[in-house]
Amino acid sequence: MLGVQVAELLVESPPGVDEALDLVTGFDDALEGGFGRLGEQRAAALAAFAAAMGATPLGPALAEAAEKVAAGSTAGEHLSALAGGRAALLGSVHDAELGRLDTALGRTRDSWQEPTPTTEAEADRATNLLAGCRSWLHELAITGWRGVDHDLVSAADQTLEALLAEPTLRRLAVLLDGLVAELRASCPVATMERLPVRRWADLWTRAMLLAQPADDRSGGGETVSGRLLILGVEVHEHGTAVQMQVHGVLEPAGGGDARLVRTSVAAAKVDTIVGPAVWRLLNDHPVLLKALAEHRSLEVTDVPLLGSGDLVWHDDQADAGDPADPFATARIRLAGALAPAVPPLDRHPVRICEPVLVEGYTTDGGTFDLDGDTLAVDTGRLPACGPLTPELVAASTACIGLIRWDAGRWTLQPLAVQATVKRTAVEAHNGDWAQGVTDPKAVKAEARTGDAVAVLRERAGRLLRK
Amino acid sequence: MTAGGAAWEQHSVVRVVPPVKPRKLAKVPFVELADGRLQGVVSSGSDISRVYVSSITAGTHGLNCSTNNNRPCGGLRGAACKHLQALVDEAVLQYGLDRVARYLRVEVADGDDLMSCLRGSRETAPAAVVFSRFLRHLAYLELPGTTAPIPELHWFPAMGEVR
Ligand SMILES: [Zn+2]
Repeated sequence: MLGVQVAELLVESPPGVDEALDLVTGFDDALEGGFGRLGEQRAAALAAFAAAMGATPLGPALAEAAEKVAAGSTAGEHLSALAGGRAALLGSVHDAELGRLDTALGRTRDSWQEPTPTTEAEADRATNLLAGCRSWLHELAITGWRGVDHDLVSAADQTLEALLAEPTLRRLAVLLDGLVAELRASCPVATMERLPVRRWADLWTRAMLLAQPADDRSGGGETVSGRLLILGVEVHEHGTAVQMQVHGVLEPAGGGDARLVRTSVAAAKVDTIVGPAVWRLLNDHPVLLKALAEHRSLEVTDVPLLGSGDLVWHDDQADAGDPADPFATARIRLAGALAPAVPPLDRHPVRICEPVLVEGYTTDGGTFDLDGDTLAVDTGRLPACGPLTPELVAASTACIGLIRWDAGRWTLQPLAVQATVKRTAVEAHNGDWAQGVTDPKAVKAEARTGDAVAVLRERAGRLLRK
Repeated sequence: MTAGGAAWEQHSVVRVVPPVKPRKLAKVPFVELADGRLQGVVSSGSDISRVYVSSITAGTHGLNCSTNNNRPCGGLRGAACKHLQALVDEAVLQYGLDRVARYLRVEVADGDDLMSCLRGSRETAPAAVVFSRFLRHLAYLELPGTTAPIPELHWFPAMGEVR
């Protein structure tokens, strides 16, 4: 990424973005106090939100919803419409900002192909579960964040437990579990000094959308074979879930354009499994972990590539290949690779995560300075399961990272750095410890706390099957 | 780009739950601040298949300790038993003293031991509920993993912790 490209991002927002965000803020404010008792000002904000969407297909439904909510006669369909409207607004912000980023980077993006709908009917079980989720989400919206207490949080427990047991609803389960844990930790919310209102409204909105009966959301796709060159891995984690999302360039077998892809492996966990121990939960994917730890390319055979650019990982259909330096991949292969489309449901600024290579900068650790243009570095996003530290970032000379956008600001999230420490060239990648910790200091720290995964599995074996 | 950056409230990605510190789990496999209590499960020192369910109520500091078969703990008379002491020690390791003290609503002076600041006495608590929450906690480790992408986890980046 060059200084001029950074400069393009730092000019003012695309038209309409600030206005859209103001409307979202009005919506979020209403949700904070609860749709059950809006008051005049919040009712007006909700009406303005609906009016702004008046010309869209959602317009009539939103107008009705805003009116009914203000009148105190909210039904489920009204809340669904409101969630849809909020998602559409942020979807337009996503599109504007991602478009700007693609232009700055000169990146070509594939267009979205609507997959043929599957006719497979949802099981009754799933239908009932979704209804249970919606009813809890409705109560939450009526109550508002300020009114959330232990009882309301605990009311989600049974639904959550059933959701987690249903593999087809894992996305919703993981999302709700994360939200519930945050609400639980914040109870009673009324006493909190400040509330993460944008974030919680985001999570509520996405949960509402995922809790609607729907066809397969995976986005169709194709079957591919080829060589996957890893750029880096991003770690997603909350108390009860961890996901490793690998970014890479796929060279399709038999030629064709190189594609920018992601592949993800996720596991359920508990909050006391932290740091490098999380890798142990992913031992079912030894080939992927080996490629990450040893910086190797991967040969994949007949694996699904979804329309979203997600390569669905099958460890038994992959072989670790020759050593492949992610920095070489970033220098040589990244610029020409075709970026994937974004599925309609996923369009939210939080999903913007474009891999880039940045080098030739000066840094104090907080920003990368490229010929006078500065890019903020998000050092708060360095996972504890890898070797990257703020010190290494500050000493770095080259960085593979993800460009992200949040609350009007662009940041770079490092995935790997080349640095000079005590006059020696060093490299650190998020995935370096995929097969176990290699840093002596971190090995010692791990030894002190013992093997959390093993202890809990022993307890589970003894107590769960009694 | 918004000059100076938007308010914390307007960010999609912020840390809400403070990071949990790694600790040895063998003695106290489960600790949580939930339902208005510091509660958890303490492994028995003598019987590998027995555990104690221990809890301290926020505010009143009512103490409870019993086996998972609902037999009261013999060690809890007037003063706290060793299981409650272990529960508090591990909670402080996991969450930090401040967070535990704030949750229990207790003033702990610098250098003081949290346990010695509690003024509660024995009080019944729903041990069965706590134990089932522990079993549910363990059940996470039995859930199959997935390779289908979970885009919602973009709201939950790993944020590192105190190294
Ligand atoms: Zn006891």
